[in-house]
Amino acid sequence: MSTDEHKANINKNTNTDTGISISNNNKTVKKLLLVVIAMFGFGFALVPLYDVFCDITGLNGKTNSTAVAYTASSVDESRTVRVQFITRNAKGIPWAFEPVINEIDVHPGEMKLVSFYAKNNATHDIIGQAVPSVSPGLAANYFHKIECFCFTQQPLAAGKDVEMSLQFYVDLELPTDIKTLTLSYTLYDITEKSS
Amino acid sequence: MTTDVIEQDSHDEHHDEHKMTGIKRWLYTTNHKDIGTLYLWFAFIMFLTGGALAMVIRAELFQPGLQIVEPDFFNQLTTVHGLIMVFGAIMPAFTGFANWMLPMMLGAPDMALPRMNNWSFWILPFAFAILLGSFFMESGAPNFGWTFYAPLSTTYSNGSTAFFVFAVHIMGISSIMGAINIVVTIMNMRAPGMTYMKMPLFVWTFFITAYLLIAVMPVLAGVVTMLLTDTYFGTSFFDAAGGGDPVMFQHIFWFFGHPEVYIMILPAFGIVSTIIPAFSRKRLFGYSSMVYATSSIALLSFIVWAHHMFTTGMPLFGELFFMYCTMLIAVPTGVKVFNWVATMWRGSLSFETPMLFSIAFVILFTIGGFSGLMLAMTPVDFQYHDTYFVVAHFHYVLVTGSLFSIYAGAYFWLPKWTGHMYNDSLSKWHFWCSLISVNLLFFPMHFLGLAGMPRRIPDYALQFADFNKWVSIGGFAFGLSQLIFLAVVIKCIRGGEKAPAKPWDGAIGLEWTVASPAPYHTFSTPPPQQDIDNANQHEH
Repeated sequence: MSTDEHKANINKNTNTDTGISISNNNKTVKKLLLVVIAMFGFGFALVPLYDVFCDITGLNGKTNSTAVAYTASSVDESRTVRVQFITRNAKGIPWAFEPVINEIDVHPGEMKLVSFYAKNNATHDIIGQAVPSVSPGLAANYFHKIECFCFTQQPLAAGKDVEMSLQFYVDLELPTDIKTLTLSYTLYDITEKSS
Repeated sequence: MTTDVIEQDSHDEHHDEHKMTGIKRWLYTTNHKDIGTLYLWFAFIMFLTGGALAMVIRAELFQPGLQIVEPDFFNQLTTVHGLIMVFGAIMPAFTGFANWMLPMMLGAPDMALPRMNNWSFWILPFAFAILLGSFFMESGAPNFGWTFYAPLSTTYSNGSTAFFVFAVHIMGISSIMGAINIVVTIMNMRAPGMTYMKMPLFVWTFFITAYLLIAVMPVLAGVVTMLLTDTYFGTSFFDAAGGGDPVMFQHIFWFFGHPEVYIMILPAFGIVSTIIPAFSRKRLFGYSSMVYATSSIALLSFIVWAHHMFTTGMPLFGELFFMYCTMLIAVPTGVKVFNWVATMWRGSLSFETPMLFSIAFVILFTIGGFSGLMLAMTPVDFQYHDTYFVVAHFHYVLVTGSLFSIYAGAYFWLPKWTGHMYNDSLSKWHFWCSLISVNLLFFPMHFLGLAGMPRRIPDYALQFADFNKWVSIGGFAFGLSQLIFLAVVIKCIRGGEKAPAKPWDGAIGLEWTVASPAPYHTFSTPPPQQDIDNANQHEH
């Protein structure tokens, strides 16, 4: 085979000319790049999808983030559910933060009012935000907060303390195998974010 | 065949004149064989680097108590060891194989996108320079585990998150470009007459792996971007204080992470499926079922991610779903293992080094598969989670699985790459030393894990001391054994017995129709139909 012939053959096969196969390659590359972009978008789409999914199924112990009205038709006195309260400070917030009572027995449908104590031990003003979570996660959809300090930000001046209230009821439909609910609050310092 | 070989040889000389010399040859090269070589050397250097980090880890764990490193530095070691081995050693090594072998197996003159090929390799050293460079910075290297769970990598980061994220971005771009190149090459560059079902299984596994990469690497890029903005730009994707959710990080990460583990094992299946038939002197048993099994594993890999998260408090339904889907993967994987065994059944076996590594792969990978099956069971996973049992499991599939397949492939094609036979007795030393030490290294980890030793911790309770001592000794021995491989490769490049075009009598495939060493340009004219038909792996 002569050198020229050989080069022509290479060209044909390596797509250095503007033959058919280079446009084929470009087409395939474009399609694949679309997949890449779509999957990059899909990664971000997972964020709202995850929230919607958790809202519907009550996965992950997320409770209602705005107040709901009390709608229970009756109180089921045949059942008793124990509701436990725990608190935790996220990194870097020097507050004393604890439930006034650690646990309470309630009947499904019964409205209860409990309170949490917070004191700003720092020498500067801090805005706190408590984020609730219910365990077991599937119970989250059956735990309704009528009034909660976690719905709003909590500004506390240096050295000041406050009692914050939580009003809630447990849904009548709560699955019968759930006997104990744990409501956990994590307290975050959001002074910087809210200013 | 002989005439073809001679013809290729004369072309080789002709083209050698156009090769640049010195460093420029490697910097500017668009030749698939050069780029394959670059990838393989890079992977091996990274393997030794990641291995050196592992040696420090094992030295620290040789005795209970803290002897050599601070706990924070220990965390950096485990993190960077994992990242380097996954993204720097195993993945680039497979891309190196793809670059070297795919065009030759398909009868194509080069990869479809040679310039992009050059770029996808040359950005990799920068990624790892950033990652390794962070060791020398004030904040230290990433210390949050290779899985970089938020908030460890956001709120509690030691300040290395930005370097980590940019390094991962570059690795991701490199992998995506490499994968696009592989897909385009396989779809458009096959020699006339080579239909999809005539392609060697090696090609199929890389084809499917490349699709997995294209699908999940962008998700990884997305999740590290969220991490970056959470840490430095005040977003709250994973920050509960701002309405985000740290558990969501794990969902997105493992949506990438689980297909990623198949990205690291499917090419190994391809390599072993090439080598076992060659040394059994039979065709691959059940070629079509292998193709379908590989595809099903790839598809299933998208719906099992939450088995990494059984202890996050999922509802029972979720745990059952992910448990059953995970166990389902054992079916196509079992098809593969049985096919390899059936290929060997009544074959005329001979035990050259590539075959030894392949047989070790089949047995030891299966052990790793079984421990994976144990981990898939939700109730027992609660005990095994985050213990050394998990460490033992994924090292069996990645070291005696992926890495052993890479060694098998390297020995199998070294004669084709260098034109020389490797030193046989040295290679056997490499195999037997590796085999014994790797089991001493990883097998006792199963027991440590079952007894409750947690992973990623620089100290342990006294009752784990004996096993850890043996594990460390195995570790040092395994590390040293890999230097034998380096010696074999260097000797093989420098000289040795001249390799014929086809050094293995049972091997099939178009790569054996060209001379050894493979000429700089191969298949500038497509191979004849007869060769393509001879090269297909179907049983007759």
